[in-house]
Amino acid sequence: MRYQDEFRDAELVRKLAARIQETAQHPWVIMEVCGGQTHSIMQHGIDQLLPETIELVHGPGCPVCVTPLELIDKALAIAALPNVVFCSFGDMLRVPGSSTDLLKLRSQGAQVKIVYSPLDAVRIAQENPHLQVVFFAIGFETTAPVNASAVLYAQKLGLQNFSLLVSQVTVPAAMHAILGSPHNRVQGFLAAGHVCTIMGYHQYHAISQKYHVPIVVTGFEPLDILQGIFLAAAQLERGSSLVENAYPRLVSEQGNIPAQKMIDAVFEPCDRNWRGIGMIPASGLKLREEYEFFNAENRFDVSSISTRESDICISGLILQGLRKPPQCAAYGTLCTPQHPLGATMVSSEGTCAAYYRYTSKEG
Amino acid sequence: MTSSEYPPMQAPVCPLPYNDYETIVMAHGSGGALSLDLIKKVFLPCFSNPALLAGNDFAEVPGFVHGRVVVSTDAHIVSPLFFPGGDIGRLSVSGTVNDLAVSGGIPLCLTASFVLEEGLKISTLEKIVKSMADTSLEAGVPIIAGDTKVVERGKADGIFISTSGVAVIGARRAIVGSNAQPGDAVIVSGTLGDHGLAVLTARGELGLSADIRSDVAPLNNLIRKVTEFTDQIHVMRDPTRGGVATTLNEIAQQSHVGITLFEDQIPVHPAVRSACELLGFDPLYVANEGKVIIILPANLAHEVLSILQHEPYGQNARLIGQVQADSPGTVHLKTSIGGTRVLSMLSGELLPRIC
Repeated sequence: MRYQDEFRDAELVRKLAARIQETAQHPWVIMEVCGGQTHSIMQHGIDQLLPETIELVHGPGCPVCVTPLELIDKALAIAALPNVVFCSFGDMLRVPGSSTDLLKLRSQGAQVKIVYSPLDAVRIAQENPHLQVVFFAIGFETTAPVNASAVLYAQKLGLQNFSLLVSQVTVPAAMHAILGSPHNRVQGFLAAGHVCTIMGYHQYHAISQKYHVPIVVTGFEPLDILQGIFLAAAQLERGSSLVENAYPRLVSEQGNIPAQKMIDAVFEPCDRNWRGIGMIPASGLKLREEYEFFNAENRFDVSSISTRESDICISGLILQGLRKPPQCAAYGTLCTPQHPLGATMVSSEGTCAAYYRYTSKEG
Repeated sequence: MTSSEYPPMQAPVCPLPYNDYETIVMAHGSGGALSLDLIKKVFLPCFSNPALLAGNDFAEVPGFVHGRVVVSTDAHIVSPLFFPGGDIGRLSVSGTVNDLAVSGGIPLCLTASFVLEEGLKISTLEKIVKSMADTSLEAGVPIIAGDTKVVERGKADGIFISTSGVAVIGARRAIVGSNAQPGDAVIVSGTLGDHGLAVLTARGELGLSADIRSDVAPLNNLIRKVTEFTDQIHVMRDPTRGGVATTLNEIAQQSHVGITLFEDQIPVHPAVRSACELLGFDPLYVANEGKVIIILPANLAHEVLSILQHEPYGQNARLIGQVQADSPGTVHLKTSIGGTRVLSMLSGELLPRIC
């Protein structure tokens, strides 16, 4: 397959891995931010090709994983209402709330639909004017433009029966939170290529300068990821902390400006809770006042719902790179993909699920 | 008023039973005249064989059966009913024929039960029954008994078909899942994931159009070529729901062996691979309906591969892995870039990924 096989070339992978081995003379801790990268690392066994000096930790870049339990409970409360069609990306369906999940609700008669795009939800709203259609708008800056466009489109159509339950989060704020933590171990970052495709990487210069960490914009195929690791390790070895772009076939410094304008038109920054991490200031997006009409949290009375996270689950520490899944007492025993305790076990992009699927269960 | 001003009398006044429906109505399941009518007009013209035409409550299995017999049964539901490469009719015949054939036996006959939803178009039913008849003819396995029930509209998804069948394995033992041996080769008869992706794209919910056809097919004739060549097959199974990864996990557990697959040997149609990448699916977990996994001593692998590749349903057969004593119960994948990962069983529903 074009644009894929070239980046999975076994011989080039072997050469690049050898260069990393030569370069990384000292132990370094590098975090890949994006869940899609974690998935790719596990899927291809990229971590097994790295020298012992490189430790990868898996960052909080899975939007399903970081959606707080409270918001999931709100989603479940809305989805259970009669005359509601609740639309979501597929992997959100299995995420357990306090007492149930969307798949179970569906089996009990709730109208829960998997969609690939919020625009599908708009279409469902258009075709079913007597039903309230709610889209669970989760994601990082990658999903924000299309979610914004769904709002704009629904407004243009004059739809009265479409709304969003918003859980948009932003990457730079999470990087600040991780690097600013007194327990931080991360010395270098692979920035999420797809987020940078939208947002560019100009905002990372301030982060790399403030915390003295190299940040390498990185793609998702094996060669992309190894190239990102190589550049980060080379910078660490020579003591530099620059922003580099290892994904230039998609990412530019300024990013996709029309998409950014669309996000800006519909959303504004807000404080957000991250599952397991807690509140991070200015780390999310919410609907601007002029689009409040489309806010499902207003349309349905869910303000009274407030939920505490699980005591056993250490997904917060895992999302921050402070623990690895096998270090959790519940991993593989109380907590499995069949019976997940926390969202990192639920999503196929979640760190615990990726570990469970792709490595020996004994850890 | 003269008598000529009256309209001609349309006697008798009671409505006559009307039996020329375009859709299934509840009365088609009544067991009465309409049921009989449906059987005569739709089923018998397609499934004509002596056992069925005898019209008894049972049917005699054709011929004398010597030796061991295996049976299998399978219920078939699919949405949409028609998809590129097949339909529920072809699926319902192939499914049971293949389940029987992987025992190493010769499928003799099938039975079929239909649950029809009120409102199903008779023309749709006719197309499905015709497809069953064609597939049955292709496989050489007659459908010798059947039953039809009708449920109210909304209580089924158009049509559900359950088929059962009998195969004779004669003096040999059936090929079972617990007999994989360290050193064995793992062969798959062709590209993976075609059926699952064909059905998914046919639903039209993905905004994705792709030239992907289901592989649904009866494999008994293909399998027979192999079983005639060798009686050394250790395990044979058709990797349907859950895909090859799930099927091989079952075998690894039943046989207490480890299995290693080589990613760069696994045949996947380019369109299926692209669609899987886009949708966040792994073709190793996607359903097949016309593929068989054969596990046998490595020294026979190349000849069997050559036999398969000369058959229409086996052209893309590949040797994809090997069995070892290490890590019993576990399936590993050697990735094309030189890493290794565990292939676990499919957990829960196959859900598309975000991003």
